[in-house]
Amino acid sequence: MAKLIYKIGVDVGGTNTDAVVLDHQDQVVAAVKSSTTADVQSGIYTSIEKVLKESGINVNQIAYVSLGTTHATNAIIRRKGLSKVAVVRICLPAGKGVLPLAGWDESLIAAMDATSFLIHGGHEYDGRALAGEGLDHDEVFRVLDTIKEKGYESIAVSCIFSPAKDQHEKEFAKLAAERLGEDFPVTLSSEIGSLGLLERENSAILNASVVGVAKKAAYGLIEALKDLGISSKVFFAQNDGTLMSLERAIMYPVLTIGSGPTNSTRGAAYLSNLENCIVADIGGTSTDVGILVNGFPRQSALAVEVGGVLTNFRMPDLISIGLGGGSIVQYDGKEVAIGPDSVGYEIKEKAIAFGGDILTATDIALAAGVAIIDDPACDLSRLSYLDTELVQKGIAKIQEMVLNACEKIKTSPEPLPIVLVGGGSVIMPAQQDDSVKLIKPENFGCANALGAAIAEASGEVDGLWPMEKRTRDEIIELAKEQAIAKAIEMGAVLSGTSVVDLEAVPLSYLPGNVLRVKAKAAGALQL
Amino acid sequence: MARLIGVEDIEYLAIGAAVLGTGGGGDPHLGKIMAQQAIKEFGPVTLLEPDEMPDDKMVVPVAMMGAPTVFVEKIPNGDEALHSLRRLEEYLGKEAYAVMPMECGGLNSTIPFVVAARAGIPIVDADGMGRAFPELQMETFNIYGVSGTPMVITDERGDWSLLNTVDNNMLEHIARGIAIRMGGVGHIAEYPMTGVEMKRSSIFHTVTLAIELGKAIVHSREKQLSPMPQMEAALIKAGYGKPLILFEAKITDVDRATTDGFAKGTVTLEGIGEYKGATYQVDFQNENLIAYQNGEVLATVPDLITFLDLDTFKPLTTETLRYGYRISCLAIPTPSIMRSEAALKVWGPQYFGYDLEFVPVEELNEEAKIRG
Repeated sequence: MAKLIYKIGVDVGGTNTDAVVLDHQDQVVAAVKSSTTADVQSGIYTSIEKVLKESGINVNQIAYVSLGTTHATNAIIRRKGLSKVAVVRICLPAGKGVLPLAGWDESLIAAMDATSFLIHGGHEYDGRALAGEGLDHDEVFRVLDTIKEKGYESIAVSCIFSPAKDQHEKEFAKLAAERLGEDFPVTLSSEIGSLGLLERENSAILNASVVGVAKKAAYGLIEALKDLGISSKVFFAQNDGTLMSLERAIMYPVLTIGSGPTNSTRGAAYLSNLENCIVADIGGTSTDVGILVNGFPRQSALAVEVGGVLTNFRMPDLISIGLGGGSIVQYDGKEVAIGPDSVGYEIKEKAIAFGGDILTATDIALAAGVAIIDDPACDLSRLSYLDTELVQKGIAKIQEMVLNACEKIKTSPEPLPIVLVGGGSVIMPAQQDDSVKLIKPENFGCANALGAAIAEASGEVDGLWPMEKRTRDEIIELAKEQAIAKAIEMGAVLSGTSVVDLEAVPLSYLPGNVLRVKAKAAGALQL
Repeated sequence: MARLIGVEDIEYLAIGAAVLGTGGGGDPHLGKIMAQQAIKEFGPVTLLEPDEMPDDKMVVPVAMMGAPTVFVEKIPNGDEALHSLRRLEEYLGKEAYAVMPMECGGLNSTIPFVVAARAGIPIVDADGMGRAFPELQMETFNIYGVSGTPMVITDERGDWSLLNTVDNNMLEHIARGIAIRMGGVGHIAEYPMTGVEMKRSSIFHTVTLAIELGKAIVHSREKQLSPMPQMEAALIKAGYGKPLILFEAKITDVDRATTDGFAKGTVTLEGIGEYKGATYQVDFQNENLIAYQNGEVLATVPDLITFLDLDTFKPLTTETLRYGYRISCLAIPTPSIMRSEAALKVWGPQYFGYDLEFVPVEELNEEAKIRG
């Protein structure tokens, strides 16, 4: 058998689908771009075909292909092909005050023809059962029979305190498999979100509604890879910057919806060889600024809206500003204003350097000698009429906008290096001084696809721990152990998997009694 | 005049209640949905002017007590506080004419609406602290001579307990223990009182105030204008003092001291704009308690100290604060009923462990610019 030495990473963005090939030392062998297509899949196919050709590698030597895709998001936003969802909340005798799907747009409920059931079960924060140790099987089977009768295609299960104790959700899944078959899709809320039942349940429902679409798409991709002669393992990039297996991606497709920005953050860090840094991904219209802590993007503390629904997905914390290579520049003789309007992908028609008549951030950067664009259509003499003061002020403004966003995302006053990536990053000078360290790595244009290719697996826990029987330190140790065990279950290597993020906060209004601990562990993927 | 409160008013109420929550009191989001669901099902709720409450009839404050983190995970059934009210009525052998909030700040601003909609009785436009506080004796009802008990506490499973205590400090002590055993949250009906007692011991128009503050923030966000003039008008009308922007600043550190198990800590900030060069500090224990500028006290509890997001004016809870946030620090002078000697013993800075006398925020900041 051929030695497996190459990795392929693909990232599907709004405009481009990028692909890279990495060698056994994770060095870039080839990087390409092609247009993102409406069906997503054919764009991926074209990109991989192109990168295989360019790199000239033997397809039998590919260790794995990892994909950052947007199938799930598209299905939710377009409300097309959504599965018919039954929501089961394991909560009685509590939980009736706010029913599942509360606050949802009626049209989205209609698009997934959703209904809900409440059944007995769930736990208290300290692990005591709310109703009984196990589920009432008769009650569960009655619900499952109704679900079968009415033709529901997918189930979302939520349960009180399941992020701390998932026993009842798992028991329900087992009974569902028994009654409806192993292949019937059941989404467990504990696999998706953290504490906050309604938001976690919403996340599970969204997932349940796209499992059908995602399964089709995933199998389509496998077929496409086979056509290219690739039969290696396939992984999918998750929101939190780790990879999941094909099997899991089919069950939990919604965990991929924030993978785009995560991938570029991770890729940027890799390119610059940093574990802790700020990443500014400058595109054509906007700049996304994220922060990398111990190798992973920091996650947002706020609830995230997806398709108008409040969720608690683990999404990367980002600050977006309306500044990109195509941002339109205005000057009143005194002040320079840049963006948020942009010529976007039409930069090669509309920017002045390219013969157009709109002054863009790229023109300013070219005139200042910050950007160098190797393109016969780009003619610097067209910019000679520009006022020197305008150019200076324009560059200062670009710097100010990017640095302000970077300052805003920091969690501590200590200086952090800033890595610039993305096609639009040519507009930002990579100057160095004592206060700010800016880095523009080689291959900055393909950071996203590269981020998708770097393989790690992770596990997370989020629970409330009574401090009656254990000390704070003992609780933290236990939470760490659980997170590591979960990461290993998700495919991380046995040794070398470690805790990368830890938060322990006592609950407000319960003085001295309960500690909330969130822990996340990650490790290299076991191949 | 009494008026009807509908689903849209609750939307505003939740935002304004977060301002009055002074960083604590729990995020009103889930309580808001619960109240809206109850109003959709049972119809709008009548909000009574305090003087419309008959002198000899009974009014009962209803609330949840315990950890908001548990509340949003173990979603209640919506009838727990009503259950507490019914058991209390049975015990006392009389019916409640109306309910009212004990706490108009945070999550507890919404609970009386859930109860009132289901029971088909009105809510009195008044509460017992005009803000958020962590303990049951910290209510004006207590200061002005109303007994907190008999009180009933109920959980989601239907477990309930009737309490009679010698004083209101003991009520807090025992009830907190029960709430923990109930899984972190209990739903209560407490301080049953007559219309006369309510009129003597409560802060008027605080429900309307929360709704008006919410409107001010939503409208100013839409128009990109400062919410201060509209907020000031609403506060003055409710008997509070003129609100001040103490400073605009960027958070440079959030130190959550976690060793003794309290959700307490300190936020350090650096002035921005016209406040550049100054360093600020705000201490919190569940709620924001004391604000300092370069070590000098700017405001202390029970005056209200709330952080608003600089761009959206959204009120921020202490849990969400972190480095880099740009905020306006709003201070609101509490109504005089909150500042009596007896009141300050229960919730002045000394009760929270500070060796500080309470000085009204308007006196501490006589020269501060009042921004409109």
